[in-house]
Amino acid sequence: MPKSKSMSKALVRRETITGYAFMLPSLIFFLGFVVYPMVQCVFTSFFDATMNREDIFIGLANYVELFQDSVFMGALKNTVIIVVVSVPVTCIFSLWVSSVIYNLSGPACSVFRCVFYLPVVTGSVAVAVVWKWMFNNYYGIFNYIGTSTGVLKMNVNWLGDAKYALGCIILILLTTSVGQPIVLYVSALNNVDQSLVEAAEVDGATKFQCFWRIKWAQIMPTTLYILVITTINSFQCFALIQLLTSGGPNHSTDTIMYYIYYNAFKLYRYGYGNAMGVVLAIIIAVLSAVQFKMAQEK
Amino acid sequence: MKEKQFNRSSCYKIISVIVIAVLAFLFAFPLYWIVIGSFKTSAAINSTVPQWWPQELVLDNYRKLFSRQTAAMWDFHIPFTQFTIAGPDVPAAIRWLFNTVFMAVMAMLFTCATSAMAGYALAKKRFVGRTIVFGLIVCAMALPKQVILIPLLREMASLNLYNTIWAVIFPIVGWPFGVFLMKQFSEGIPGEMMEAARIDGASEWKTFYLIALPLIKPGIGALAIFTFINSWNDYFMQLIMLTSTKNLTISLGIAKLQAENATDFGLIMAGASLAAIPIIIVFLIFQKYFTKGITMGAVKG
Repeated sequence: MPKSKSMSKALVRRETITGYAFMLPSLIFFLGFVVYPMVQCVFTSFFDATMNREDIFIGLANYVELFQDSVFMGALKNTVIIVVVSVPVTCIFSLWVSSVIYNLSGPACSVFRCVFYLPVVTGSVAVAVVWKWMFNNYYGIFNYIGTSTGVLKMNVNWLGDAKYALGCIILILLTTSVGQPIVLYVSALNNVDQSLVEAAEVDGATKFQCFWRIKWAQIMPTTLYILVITTINSFQCFALIQLLTSGGPNHSTDTIMYYIYYNAFKLYRYGYGNAMGVVLAIIIAVLSAVQFKMAQEK
Repeated sequence: MKEKQFNRSSCYKIISVIVIAVLAFLFAFPLYWIVIGSFKTSAAINSTVPQWWPQELVLDNYRKLFSRQTAAMWDFHIPFTQFTIAGPDVPAAIRWLFNTVFMAVMAMLFTCATSAMAGYALAKKRFVGRTIVFGLIVCAMALPKQVILIPLLREMASLNLYNTIWAVIFPIVGWPFGVFLMKQFSEGIPGEMMEAARIDGASEWKTFYLIALPLIKPGIGALAIFTFINSWNDYFMQLIMLTSTKNLTISLGIAKLQAENATDFGLIMAGASLAAIPIIIVFLIFQKYFTKGITMGAVKG
């Protein structure tokens, strides 16, 4: 800022005072209900904390226990499976849909965009209860379609069977997570510099080359953003688990988020839950940084 | 050669559109199933052969939902006293809907007001510590907000806000996405206009109110609708903060309904319709602003 160098001290002071005056209402909420709890989360993770009792300092004991806890390790594994499956599928699927619909004529594009966004707006609870019905052992349409077409020999207890439950959850998660990426990709593809594409076409580039060499490069920032938000969202998968399986059968569908909730509300182990929160935050921070680095190198 | 290629690519396009149309139909199906399920008779619901298009549509499920429980329409606690003014008794589902609307509107108003001011300051004021504050905001946004649930729970308990609707509202307001979005919009305010206002002797507040605010109105609209829809569906925060029947939101109410009557699908679908239809209507009306909010938030530096 060349301008700020020439600013007088009095002006700087005035800008600072008014700046913070305008920031104040927002800062109160931000520091009070986001930053303070984050600090508390790290702090309390070194304590044995529960209801109606003073916290007891126990050093790293929570973290040590964490990595010996087989349920936590299972939850971590499930979370990783969810992320590894749903992030690439979400990104590729939404890119494919967007690349087909973004230049459709008339209202077709916004109608499609809207329909793919509907499961997000419907809300996780309404989505979860209807899928629970569709997956139901006796009254669900999946079993009806499966048995009446002969694909299934008998009714499958989709959500009650450890073999299928996680897969079902991932399927539902996918339907609720492609909406936002499609909106973002459609807008990014519409903003691609058309003159470059035309120049390439004149030079005899194929459609595929056009897409890969020119459009892909230009929508890279959007891809990066989508990668980061879908990763965070998949890590936070909670409502579906809580409503559909409650982590069962026998902890086979626990995710870290659900296990934190379970520790806080069923076992009242606040310090232990916070330690998991810290681990989860570190994993996400590292992953986001890696994704960012990878995108920059490209 | 050229023609053949053209044919192939347009063929690919037509097939893709058809496939996507089928997929779109499948995406919309659960919503159809919720709404149609809420009007089915219990015989139709409990038959193992699904009725794709029911022969008979009835209001039984809604009647059952509304006659299940009652709650006062509102209870307004008079500050610093022990007195509460309670409204007339209504079906609990209506109260839950009222709670949800109240929560979403309050979250929206608070978020828009605080974010518009803060975003303007971050974009246009060269104050000391600006980069630190902004860095903190970006870092906080990259972290999963649900990991702070336990500290937040204890904080709300110590502030005597636990099990009140404010315990849900305040963390939503504190979430810095709105500030980030409004900063993006405020960058577009021309400096000359602010300079001119200052020369004319306008105070800082007047400059913001009369010059900046009209220019960032579309951004505020986008943020408002974004916050409204997201807070309506923010099940997690509601679940940990609200416990008593009269304080539930509609999403929580449905979750509870499901936990208590796991197989009365008609009743549950009636509740799910009540939760989903209003917010879908809001979404469809304000769709354009909403899309803008999503895309502007993504334009990171």
